[in-house]
Amino acid sequence: MSEMYDVILVGGGPAGLTAAFSAQQNGAKKILVLERDREPGGILQQCVHNGFGLHHFKEELTGPGYAQRCYDLVKDLPEVEILVDTMVLEVRKDKTVCAINPKRGVMELHGKSIILTMGCRERTRGAIRIPGTRPAGVYTAGAAQRMVNMEGYIPGKKIVILGSGDIGLIMARRMSLEGCKVQAVLEICPFSNGLTRNIVQCLNDYDIPLHLSHTIVAIHGKDRVTGITAAKVDDKMRPIPGTEFEIDCDTVLLSVGLIPENELSNGLGLKMHPLTGGPIVDQRRETSEPGIFAAGNVVHVHDLVDFVSDEAEIAGKFAAKAALGEAGGAARDLAVTTGDNVRTCVPQHLRLGADAEKVRLFMRVTKPMRGKLKLSVMSGGEEVFSKPLMIAKPSEMIAVDLPEAKIASLSSELVVSLTEGK
Amino acid sequence: MATETKVLNCINCPLSCELTATVEDGAVTNVTGNFCPRGAQYAKEELTAPTRMLTSTVRVEGGRLPLLPVVSAKKLPKGRVVDCAEALRSVSVKAPVHVGDVIAADILGLGVDIVASRDMETA
Amino acid sequence: MERKTDVVVIGGGITGTAILAALARLDLSCVLVEKEPDIAAGTTKANSAILHAGFDAPTGSMKAKMNVEGNRLYYELREELNLDIEWTGSLVCATTDEEKAQIEELKARGDANGVPGLEIWDGDKARGKEPNLSQKICAALWAPTAGICWPFGMAAAFAENAAENGAEILRDCEVTGIRAENGGFAVETTQGTVQARFVVNAAGVFADKVAAMAGDTSFSIHPRKGEYILFDKTAQGKLVKGIVFPAPTKTTKGILVCATTHGNTFIGPNAQEQDSREDTAVTTPGMDEIIAGAKKLVPELPMGAAITEFAGIRAVSDTNDFIVGESKTVKGLYHAAGIQSPGLTSAPAIARLLADEIAKAAGAKAKADAKTGRPAQPIFRELSSGEQAKLIEKDARYGRVICRCETITEGEIVDAIKRPCGARTVDGVKRRTRVGMGRCQGGFCGPRVIEILSRELNIPVPKVRKDGADSYMYEEKLGGGRK
Repeated sequence: MSEMYDVILVGGGPAGLTAAFSAQQNGAKKILVLERDREPGGILQQCVHNGFGLHHFKEELTGPGYAQRCYDLVKDLPEVEILVDTMVLEVRKDKTVCAINPKRGVMELHGKSIILTMGCRERTRGAIRIPGTRPAGVYTAGAAQRMVNMEGYIPGKKIVILGSGDIGLIMARRMSLEGCKVQAVLEICPFSNGLTRNIVQCLNDYDIPLHLSHTIVAIHGKDRVTGITAAKVDDKMRPIPGTEFEIDCDTVLLSVGLIPENELSNGLGLKMHPLTGGPIVDQRRETSEPGIFAAGNVVHVHDLVDFVSDEAEIAGKFAAKAALGEAGGAARDLAVTTGDNVRTCVPQHLRLGADAEKVRLFMRVTKPMRGKLKLSVMSGGEEVFSKPLMIAKPSEMIAVDLPEAKIASLSSELVVSLTEGK
Repeated sequence: MATETKVLNCINCPLSCELTATVEDGAVTNVTGNFCPRGAQYAKEELTAPTRMLTSTVRVEGGRLPLLPVVSAKKLPKGRVVDCAEALRSVSVKAPVHVGDVIAADILGLGVDIVASRDMETA
Repeated sequence: MERKTDVVVIGGGITGTAILAALARLDLSCVLVEKEPDIAAGTTKANSAILHAGFDAPTGSMKAKMNVEGNRLYYELREELNLDIEWTGSLVCATTDEEKAQIEELKARGDANGVPGLEIWDGDKARGKEPNLSQKICAALWAPTAGICWPFGMAAAFAENAAENGAEILRDCEVTGIRAENGGFAVETTQGTVQARFVVNAAGVFADKVAAMAGDTSFSIHPRKGEYILFDKTAQGKLVKGIVFPAPTKTTKGILVCATTHGNTFIGPNAQEQDSREDTAVTTPGMDEIIAGAKKLVPELPMGAAITEFAGIRAVSDTNDFIVGESKTVKGLYHAAGIQSPGLTSAPAIARLLADEIAKAAGAKAKADAKTGRPAQPIFRELSSGEQAKLIEKDARYGRVICRCETITEGEIVDAIKRPCGARTVDGVKRRTRVGMGRCQGGFCGPRVIEILSRELNIPVPKVRKDGADSYMYEEKLGGGRK
């Protein structure tokens, strides 16, 4: 099978579906979404909780509800074809996509534009080196979430969660609602990496203790987890001897971070960013390889799916334009770099043509800050944009739109920083 | 007259605004720190009659997947959320189901329906 | 259930399965009993995965003889059983004059043991072979016949070949007692009694307990734990391509840096004497010890690329040598005990020796129609796209990728479960197919592998196990039972 598409999307989660819709809205006529799971929607299908969609759909939705909205956008469009149960094995620089599925076998597909929307995966036990035995009962929070919310099984009845990222917090509440006892959530950082609203409604509501600056120093049990040893950590995150205590449990859930899923991007030889773990993109979400775009968690891990959708709309639009030969030129290539207290900023550079263009920046700060804060974007010593903030946390991505008028006149690199006001 | 100040985080949206509420004789008289009006409303409710949304799953017979995600159509009294979740554990529905279909009407007599979060086709 | 057979092999590690494969080629009936849910569940699954050249053990010892002979036999078996072996050669590195003298001594011993091709290299030549080695290394012993291997795969290959030749393999079958009966033995197990003329004791760290059940208390086994850290494939360029040892100590070959046949690299092991025969907990001091040790060979370790840690138990006998052959006190009982390093390398030689002895005692002859291979195992990712297309056409399940990190299809997982002595646990599937061995460590594919095991073994999901006998993974939800 060999066919030419305007746009091929690798991944049918919220990013892929939204980008497909955006591509169609911007004139692409033949769009293909490749999804490896049994249905479109991605990881949202297992996130049965609510809290999604307030920004993008102006309505509070559950994860499956949000996925349904994304799917409803494209499911009846003649321009969009969706193949589920389909795994992409390789994407080549000539924009050939090699994929397989049980019905159609080996497929070689060609796109005028490709959008990478593979999402992210969870960090594992090995990556953080927890000493102890290797019994059953240790799962990443996401794997357990799938079993609980989609397959109908629980991982155990007495649970310790390592990591206070949002998935860990959400699972703490979920397991409580399933009648399980969540013994504690341990967080190695001195602050939680989850949203405050989730600490309130997932932990406080259920009287689940959150131990900040604590980690697991041993997992016990031969065949199945029988308990863990926790300890306080110092400011270098090393366990402090003498602070150990035991927690009785049959299950350990790990919520220790997400990593963009970039095996295909690496295979393509895309330029990657060391801190985001995703491909370097411009404001149109085009990667270092012309015609290959990327959006969503594959570029950088978001905390809000709404922002994933925003980013996917951008990628879909420009992928369609590129496929139709309507992409404007780019006379100026300006780097976007991070200054004080900003850890990452996407896009990492702007490729600007003659037309005015809206530019949205997504950033994460290095540490929790509060007070009179000022987020500023400087270029050539001049302030392009600034915004006052009261609170900034590494767990909450900040999005700002740069004014079109200012963009048109930019001529040197942009520096994004967050400073404490005087 | 007893006046006290309570600090709490709004849970309406991911901004999680830190609210400072003044409570006089059990009534919330002033709220600061909120970016939007929902924050003030939240503080008043949370300090007098707290409520929560409930999301869970129920079994589906004959569906493409074994479970159907469900959500409360409105907020439930916070103290009854766990009871409602327990009640849902014995609920089972038949496919097909459409998003918004009522799965458990007026759960535990609280005046709130539990509805489907998504479509569920037959297998 | 009562069973009657000529030979019972107790223990399904590399030694037991190799012995079973050798016995199954004779006109004898044989049964292997393994207490864990799968074969290769003890020492075999967590060791350095090296086929040693044979210069370590004292000349004339059983270890030395079995090692050199076993190494030689693997060159044939690799082709015959399609074993996962790479003949990389090994280096033993010296950083001082004292250590240099030690490796010269090793060479002399190796020559005496009959190890072919040993050479002493200078530091630069060693670094030419392995560029990341420390500048402090001044000399190295090069042994070209050493190799790296996938021990689980080799045990599985022996078991499958044995099954092809009619041997029966009982897993989840623990021996609880051995009685002398009718000139033979009644072996009591958790799956009933097995009557046998001969018993082979290949019970690893429990070999002394099994011997004692049969009335032989002539030796004891002492557990020694070794811990390891495994690195992602991406880190191999910063580590080594083959096997690199330090100069040995009195008790161990030291903490090494070594490649695996899957493209990963590991460091370890340390050596901790302990009382427990089953405690495979990884410890923080242990991790620190092996990191420090490995740094003497490769100073810049890419610790950020570590993907997992594990520990294994070695079965050290009080004679400090292998105990191989018929019991001195119980006729018909054959030991393959105290099989610590180089046990993996020695397994085929031990198997041949014991099979010869038992054949003699039983008056058995080679089976005329004995099969030498095992059923082919399709590996999707290694096929050309034309071959992949054909395979999917034949069986659509090869078109569904379950493990995205390693590109393992549902077809391969089903094959791993259905083949002779097939997988019955999640880790069993993992060890036969590599599913879940990649970067996500089963995060995505874990639930799907559980589902496939449940379907293919016709057991409910809560009965699916990870690895050990009681390693159940998920439970039914509370309330509202499954229909």
